[in-house]
Amino acid sequence: MVRFENVGLRYGLGPEILRDLSFQIPAHSFQFLTGPSGAGKTSLLKLLFLSLRPTRGLVNLFGNDVSLLGKDEVADLRKRIGIVLQDFRLLDHMTTYENVALPFRVIGRDESSYRKEVIDLLKWVGLGERMDALPPILSGGEKQRAAIARAVISRPQLLLADEPTGNVDPTLGRRLLRLFIELNKSGTAVIIATHDITLMDQYEARRLVLHQGRLHIYE
Amino acid sequence: MSRADQHGPLVDLGQERPQISARARNRSPIVPRASIAGRALVAVVAIMTFLASITTGMVLLVSASAAEWQSEVASEITVQVRPAAGRDAERDVAATAQAMRTQPGIIEVRPFTKQESAQLLEPWLGTGFSMDDLPVPRVVVGRVQPGTTLDLAVLRNRVTQAAPTATVDDHRAWIERMRSMGGATVLAGIGILALVILATIISVSFATRGAMAANRPIVEVLHFVGAGDRYIANRFLRHFLRLGLEGGLIGGGVAMLAFGFSESIAGWFSGTPVGDQFAALLGTFSLRPSGYLTLAAQAVLIGAITAWASRRTLFATLNDID
Repeated sequence: MVRFENVGLRYGLGPEILRDLSFQIPAHSFQFLTGPSGAGKTSLLKLLFLSLRPTRGLVNLFGNDVSLLGKDEVADLRKRIGIVLQDFRLLDHMTTYENVALPFRVIGRDESSYRKEVIDLLKWVGLGERMDALPPILSGGEKQRAAIARAVISRPQLLLADEPTGNVDPTLGRRLLRLFIELNKSGTAVIIATHDITLMDQYEARRLVLHQGRLHIYE
Repeated sequence: MSRADQHGPLVDLGQERPQISARARNRSPIVPRASIAGRALVAVVAIMTFLASITTGMVLLVSASAAEWQSEVASEITVQVRPAAGRDAERDVAATAQAMRTQPGIIEVRPFTKQESAQLLEPWLGTGFSMDDLPVPRVVVGRVQPGTTLDLAVLRNRVTQAAPTATVDDHRAWIERMRSMGGATVLAGIGILALVILATIISVSFATRGAMAANRPIVEVLHFVGAGDRYIANRFLRHFLRLGLEGGLIGGGVAMLAFGFSESIAGWFSGTPVGDQFAALLGTFSLRPSGYLTLAAQAVLIGAITAWASRRTLFATLNDID
């Protein structure tokens, strides 16, 4: 599903922050991406989400060499990927419900076909009472859950999550992990970038460890 | 079919299944209307459309008046019979008139009497002068059948045979002057219109860039959820098309009202030197129905130009945002 070969990344003329990354993410797989702060976890997630292009090496996503993709093809591929970023990126003028329903709205699906599913998911992540609230009045944890719900609602083939449990209590953290596991069981490949050892210890999964720009894989 | 359709529910709530909130629905537009500086843009487009409509209306009025003068002048031909020693002027005038009547294409001939010729000269010479004391030429006016081209060489031959001092004046010089004046007015109007449209495009491009900068976070999130540039541009385009049409209708509507009332306004000034001068230049100040249709089409065109300029800028800006 995802294949990196000797991938390097630098910002401008700065030092190379990712070096010689070669790995594969198989379909239906589950992995944690970890490493110290500044190791390049978020940059690697951005490469996987096509927000950044590598300065060298080959990135192949869903069978496509990303260096050859046009803007429309990138947009089509992104419909198959869900992403949860640390800064949530919710739209402040839309309610929680509307934010979570956005991926369906963008592909032009009729609201009646997904409304119940969106509401069920919001209830599952503990936002059942906050469906009509606007993001500026949500707490950090609530925003994070809304961002996760938006990323998983369309059941992407690949889910990328950057510190998805960073702002929630351990109980809710376990609940969110269960959501990711359920999603993985239904066929989604999941990559969770986290510092949280407790979270990683709760589920036996492959670990990708970034250290000084290089990737070490523990199966 | 999406994967969501192929599988069962993503989460099983068991006994927790909630009553679906009646309020939870997609109500907000993807790009909020308030985030686009609409009023300023509507005002700019309205002013530009107003200026463009006034220009077009004036060009239509001047060219209609010029065409009217042209057809009036072209429908007449004048023959001057100069007095000469030893010749009977009255007889020469009568012979010239007779010669003109035999010319094909002339449907009416009217020789001016001495009295009428004196009246023509009154503005310059005053009243009370005697035509017999001055070598004033006599005028014979012929009305030409509309759509006919006179054979001027034959006419000249005929009248000089009838009276050797007769000369034909076909007003060609006047017509040429009017034609060039009308042409210059239309060209100036087109030039002003081009400038107005260019200024509109530039204003709209700036407004679009501003709106895109203000809504950059929305564009980024839409990219995250897989929206293509075309989808995003269309969300913005709706707003700009509406703003453009709103501005176009206001500017065009006010200009049409101005032309609608201009006849009454011209009436207030009639009899004054300014009013008479304008009436001579622009006729009755009233636009024909086709003129109003032109102004309406122009307002819609400016609305469409607004949308086009906005679309062009949107795609250029979207290329820079990811």
